[in-house]
Parts: sequence; C-alpha cells; structure tokens
Amino acid sequence: MSNRMTLQEAQDQVVEEFALIADWQDRYEQIIESAKDLPRIDPEKKVDANLVNGCQSRVWLAAERRDGTIHLSADSDALITKGLVALLVRVLNDRTPEEILGTPITFIERIGLREHLSPTRSNGLASMLDQIKRYALAFGAKEEQR
Amino acid sequence: MTAHTGTLTGTGYDVKAVRACFPILEERVHGKPLVYLDNAATGQKPQQVIDVVETYYRSINANVHRGVHTLSNLATDAQESAREAVRRHINARHAHEVIFTQGTTSALNMAAYGLGSLLLKPGDEVLISTMEHHANLVPWQMACERHGAGLKVIPITDEGELEPEIGRFLTERTRILAITHASNTLGTVNPVKEIVAEARKHGITTVVDGAQAVPHMAVDVQDIGCDIYVFSGHKMFAPTGIGVLYGREEVLDRMPPWQGGGEMIDRVTFAKTTYAKLPFKLEAGTPHIAGIVGLGEAVRWMAAHDLRAMAAHEARLLEHATRELGAIDGLRIVGTARNKVGVASFVIEGVHHYDLGTLLDQQGVAVRTGHHCTQPLLARLGLEGTTRASFAPFNTMEEVDVLVAATRKAVKMLR
Repeated sequence: MSNRMTLQEAQDQVVEEFALIADWQDRYEQIIESAKDLPRIDPEKKVDANLVNGCQSRVWLAAERRDGTIHLSADSDALITKGLVALLVRVLNDRTPEEILGTPITFIERIGLREHLSPTRSNGLASMLDQIKRYALAFGAKEEQR
Repeated sequence: MTAHTGTLTGTGYDVKAVRACFPILEERVHGKPLVYLDNAATGQKPQQVIDVVETYYRSINANVHRGVHTLSNLATDAQESAREAVRRHINARHAHEVIFTQGTTSALNMAAYGLGSLLLKPGDEVLISTMEHHANLVPWQMACERHGAGLKVIPITDEGELEPEIGRFLTERTRILAITHASNTLGTVNPVKEIVAEARKHGITTVVDGAQAVPHMAVDVQDIGCDIYVFSGHKMFAPTGIGVLYGREEVLDRMPPWQGGGEMIDRVTFAKTTYAKLPFKLEAGTPHIAGIVGLGEAVRWMAAHDLRAMAAHEARLLEHATRELGAIDGLRIVGTARNKVGVASFVIEGVHHYDLGTLLDQQGVAVRTGHHCTQPLLARLGLEGTTRASFAPFNTMEEVDVLVAATRKAVKMLR
C-alpha cells in the first residue's frame, strides 16, 4: 500500500480531472461516468440498516474493517447520487480512520459541487460524508481499545 | 418543436401582461432564464403583494384589536378589510366565517382537533381519500387515535380519479368526510359539490382541502356547500405563513378552539375562561398581520384578472405539456383524470426523478421531485416518486417547450 496515493493526493487528482470541464453538462456527464466505476455492492449490504438519511434517492453505504483500514461499499438508485458517492468512495476507501479524520475533505467544493454539500440538499452528500466519518470514529476507537 | 405565436396564443389572453406582475420571473438560474414550474409547491408573488407587505411594515405596523392608538387602528382596519376581501373572493356568508391560520396544514389541524372533539366517539369513522396530501391525512389519523375512531379511505382508479358513487363508502358510523378539492400530485379535480351533497344527506360534516384549487379557479364555498374549506395563501400569490379556514358559522360556533391565549378570550379567571366571538375565538395569539394584508392584496390581484381566462390558459399549457412530454420515449404521465388543474406529474423508465430534477435545474427549469407529501397515494400507484411540473397563469407555451427539450436532454445524459 506504500505506493498508494494519500487521501490528499486522491482529492487533488479528482479536482484535476474536473478542472478542465467548463460546462454543466460535461460536469454531470463526468459524475454519471463515475457511477459506473463504483464496485458493485454485496446484495447483503443493500439493506435498510445501511440507508443514509436525508436523501431523496436511496443511498446505501456500508463499511467494514480490513487490516486497520475502512473498506466502503455503496450504491444508490439515482445515477447522479451514485456518481457522487462513487467519488467519495474513490477518495476515501481503504484508508485508516486517522487519515480520514485527519484530512479535510475539500474536493467537493473544489470541483464546483459545493451546492451539493449543503446539509439541506436532498441528495444527502453531507450525510454520506458524515456517515463515513462516523464509521472512522467508531473503528478508530475500537483500534485504540485493543 | 411546435411554433407558438409569441406571447399571445391567439386567444386574447395576454400572458406577457401577467408575467410583468411577477418580478421574480426576471431571475436567472445557472445563467439561464428561470422557468418556474413548481407553482403547486408555492406560487410567485405579484409586485403589488410585495409592495403592500412592505408598506405595511414601513408605515402601519402595530398590533391589532388591542391598541387605542392610530397605528393599531390602521393595522386592524387593514386586517379586517383583508378578511372581507377573502370573504368576497370565496363567497362566504359572513366575514367572521373566515379564520386566519398559518396555512392549510394548521387549518386542517384546527379542524381535526375541533371537529374530532365535537363529533368523534369510539367506533366512529372519518372518511378521506387515497389522494390526500399528508396534511389532510395525519391530523385525522391523530384525531382518530385520540377518540378511538377509525380512518377509512375512498379508493381511486388507475387514472387517478375517485372511485365513483361516493355513497358506497359512507357508513352509519361516518362522522366526518375530509377530501381534497384538487390533488397536488395528480392534478385531479374532485367533484366536491356532489360529494359534499351526498355526505350531507347522511348528516356527515364535510371538510374540503382547497390548497391546490384556489390558485386555479373561482371557489364558491356556499355553492360547494361544505362545512369547512381550507387553503394556503402562499400557493395563491400571497405570502407564506398565512392561510384560511372557512367554516359555516353554525359549525365554528360549536367547534372548540384548538389553541388558547391571546385574543381568543372573552373573560379569564383561574376557574374558567369564556371565549371570544368568531372569528377571534379561533385566532389565538398575534396574527400574521403582514401576511393577512398580503393575502388580501393577492385576492384583489386575482379579482382584477379574468380567472376563467387564466384557467383556460393553464389548461392549454397542460394539454401541450401532456402531449409533448408524452412523446418522450419511456415517459408516462401519472394522473390522467378527465378534470385536472395545471399539474403534469410523470415518470420515465430507467430515469430517477432526483436525477431528472437535478439536470432540469441546471437548465433553469424548476420542478418538484419526490413523493409530494402523498406517500400512501404513491404506494397505491406503485411508485416511489414522480417529477411534477405545475403551471401558473404566467407560464408560457415556450416555457413548456423548454421543459420538454430540457427533459429530452437529461434523459439522453442519464440513459
């Protein structure tokens, strides 16, 4: 894992990819494209207990511990939402709780999707990010107890 | 795409003049001209309504019915002249049959609390319909729970009309019938006059939710014959936070107040309080005076326009939208009742309404997506949500074309 990008580098990479996109249509096409990169979620994890609150579409977000990191899997029944959660998973997946909690997540604002981050937005992107941070807090605390 | 003859649609209806009343229509969204098709959620406000609210705060503001000073008297006059304007607008017999509320939801809560206490005994029934907004469902459910009564539901057809012959659903235990005049999700206009007449034959108290009807038609509460008729100001060109509960005097006189305090009292002792006369008995606390004044002005704005011509214009918009949207591959209009207000709800195969709403917004088009506060209705139709375009007298045929083109573009991106 040592040759892997840091969370910060992964964010910067997403920002670079979106930087060249000028118009809304291409930006949303890129988000929709991202949805296709999201690994298929295990059907057993697509349960109500993993639903994220506050979304107009349904979003499932599951986490498990793997070798001290958090492995995320997600899905949504709406494509744009799925694309947004795919970007989150791409940047935050398989990282330690410390890295997730210690790095400010700024790429969403930086790719011009700040409007999607407001807690009042019905896509629930803010809720998804909160959920990932809660997983990180919970798993991080368990690590310390060991 | 169909060509339209500018702003005049060959009918004499001057949509350009109507548009000029609404300053918000000059706004741009994501760099594109705003196409506002979310009128069933909340309507836009004419300049004269905005002005009257501003003038109220600038030069009249004082509490009503309390002070002896000049401003208080001016504010009271402004409020009571608005009440009279609303009375005239809905053709109520008396101004004191017009109760100001926060909106339709609070009016229905007042009705459910008051009529529930007055009428419901264990085993009694309240009858609503499948197409009710949650505001005309949950308060009755709560009243039924309080009084041990049952909630019964009139089913609908696949087209979104009430099952015919309403009499079949009335029982000996039916005490209250609460039904919507027009469906916010489907646009269906219910034959409330006939329904109310049937219910009254059996001595059933009738409540009509007019929130989606009043923006589109002249409503005559005496002609409908219902005991209670409720609506919101904000959907009919008035400010938010103000609504009306109209009730027949005989019913309101007997109905216990929902909230206590403020102006609703006659005399208060620690042992017992006697209540004020109508309408004040049902208006506890300082009212939303600016909202009331704004509602009065909105009603005057409507009175100055030809509501029939506006309704005909909206019908043409709906017809055009239904035809053009319907031509999109995989799109299905939800709600195909024979009699509809300007509401086009639809679903598209393989396209989530949230995605569509987001991409329409990017193109300057404002629509509503989701369950529209009618979850049991959507469950009946086997849907999780729809995209809803809802029209106002200021919308144009060209805007419908923008909606259709924007929808086509979004579908292309999402498939």
